[in-house]
Amino acid sequence: MQNRIEIKIGGHGGQGVVLAGQILGKAAVFDGKNALQTQTYGAEARGSLARSEVIISDGKIGFPAVRKCDILLAMNQKSLDAHFKNLKENGVLIVDSSNVESIPEIKARIFRVPATEIARKEFGEILYANIVMLGALTRITNLVNKESLEKAIRDSVSERTLGANLNAYRKGLHTKFET
Amino acid sequence: MKSSASNTYFLQGNEACVEAAVIAGCRFFAGYPISPANEIAERMSTLLPKVDGIFMQMEDELASINAIMGASWAGKKTMTATSGPGFSLMQETIGWAFMTETPCVIVDVQRVGPGTGQATKCAQGDVMQSRWGTHGDYSAIALSPNSVQEMFELTIRAFNLAEKYRTPVILLTDETIAHLREQVTIPPLENIRIINRKKPEAEDKAFFGLEEVAPMPAIGEGFNVAVTASTHDEYGVRFTADPSVHTRIVRNINDKIRNHADDIADVESYNIDNCQVGIVSYGCTSRAVHEAVEEAERKGIETGYVRLKTVWPFPEKAVKRLAQAAKKLIVPEMNLGQIFYEVKRAACSAEVIPINKIGGGELIAPEEILAEIERGNP
Repeated sequence: MQNRIEIKIGGHGGQGVVLAGQILGKAAVFDGKNALQTQTYGAEARGSLARSEVIISDGKIGFPAVRKCDILLAMNQKSLDAHFKNLKENGVLIVDSSNVESIPEIKARIFRVPATEIARKEFGEILYANIVMLGALTRITNLVNKESLEKAIRDSVSERTLGANLNAYRKGLHTKFET
Repeated sequence: MKSSASNTYFLQGNEACVEAAVIAGCRFFAGYPISPANEIAERMSTLLPKVDGIFMQMEDELASINAIMGASWAGKKTMTATSGPGFSLMQETIGWAFMTETPCVIVDVQRVGPGTGQATKCAQGDVMQSRWGTHGDYSAIALSPNSVQEMFELTIRAFNLAEKYRTPVILLTDETIAHLREQVTIPPLENIRIINRKKPEAEDKAFFGLEEVAPMPAIGEGFNVAVTASTHDEYGVRFTADPSVHTRIVRNINDKIRNHADDIADVESYNIDNCQVGIVSYGCTSRAVHEAVEEAERKGIETGYVRLKTVWPFPEKAVKRLAQAAKKLIVPEMNLGQIFYEVKRAACSAEVIPINKIGGGELIAPEEILAEIERGNP
């Protein structure tokens, strides 16, 4: 139970929220912590709501589900609407501001990252937005080691897309975000 | 993926199962797609060809289970993986495996049933089916992992028990554990104990229903062996009218399991001799217990638990011991009460209380177990 941190990543199918969760979990393991990742998504591969949950702890992780999360990454408006009530008071909310128009009135530290915009502009492919978000998450929270996350990306994506993914990660690490 | 700590990986339960199966010596897998077991077949299809093994995608579950029977008699360690609907289809041939003493591992990743139920949603409704799913008298072995690490360890154990006792073994897992990603430590291969089936000596002729587990020849090795699931004598000759032949073989295929129940039945236990309240759980449901117990102890309630790593044979001794100390036993399950009745039978005078949740795949939460621990304990 010690230092148990719960993260929820929401988006629609195709935005890579499952992969983002896997990479984050791996990075925590590279840091020598315990980590656990689960995922749920609709029957359709693309378009339906997808969710990935990560739990990171110094101790043993028992119950594998997230009840109230410490950090919420919302990749689109629908996911934000679906999950903001699960965010702890004064938790961290990071939204992909390219896909989120209105943020509900909640007590949270809120960060707006135009991840999809960055991905489109820099790589011509919006599907790197998930990795931009991971970069922003790492910078904002120091949840995992910068190097561990990079290593986890190297370990998780194909050689063909590795360069773009690493660039997306660095963009996320260095991008300015509105709070 | 490998982490900086040597041999530690971040894997899904289904993936860890495949890694373990290949290390245990599995060289033949036949299966038919079904969620939430698909990742097992998927990974098998890439790993087996690399170790000179065979992966076959069959036309259905009947073909899958029959294929692994044939391959087992060809001398291979074999496995199939499915979920509730497919597990139901396989039952007839699982009976064939008991009667012919054919070692194999069947993974059942439980999802919500009955029928097609809710595909991909977690449940624990196949517990009794893993014990009594096929007809006739037999003694089943079913193992229940509760982490990705245990998916690895109990898959190895499933193969070892199958080989040691020449019997089908069911790895009874669930959607939550199968789809969970966690770190897994794979020990150096030389530290993993692997058991292989006993092979016959050249002069052996008796291959069935012996008091000790009989040696098993492979087809093509030159032994004269008929394999039939009809009642047969020790040479495999059919005797479908003689009660004494039937009694002898069926008693022996049961006794080889029952007489070694202590060797097979495995539990994790905590504070079982000094608790006021005891919890009996298995698989995904047990993941909530640790937290509930911690919280109960903070509130001054002595709590203990038995977690069933082996569901069948039922670890009766451990549960009895827990029941002797605790006045109250709690049995959380994602079904409407299956292991509950086994606990009740073993518990004698202790009060046994079920916590049941079905549908949607939502896990029983630590708070729900804690509430039951606290009830009647001010």
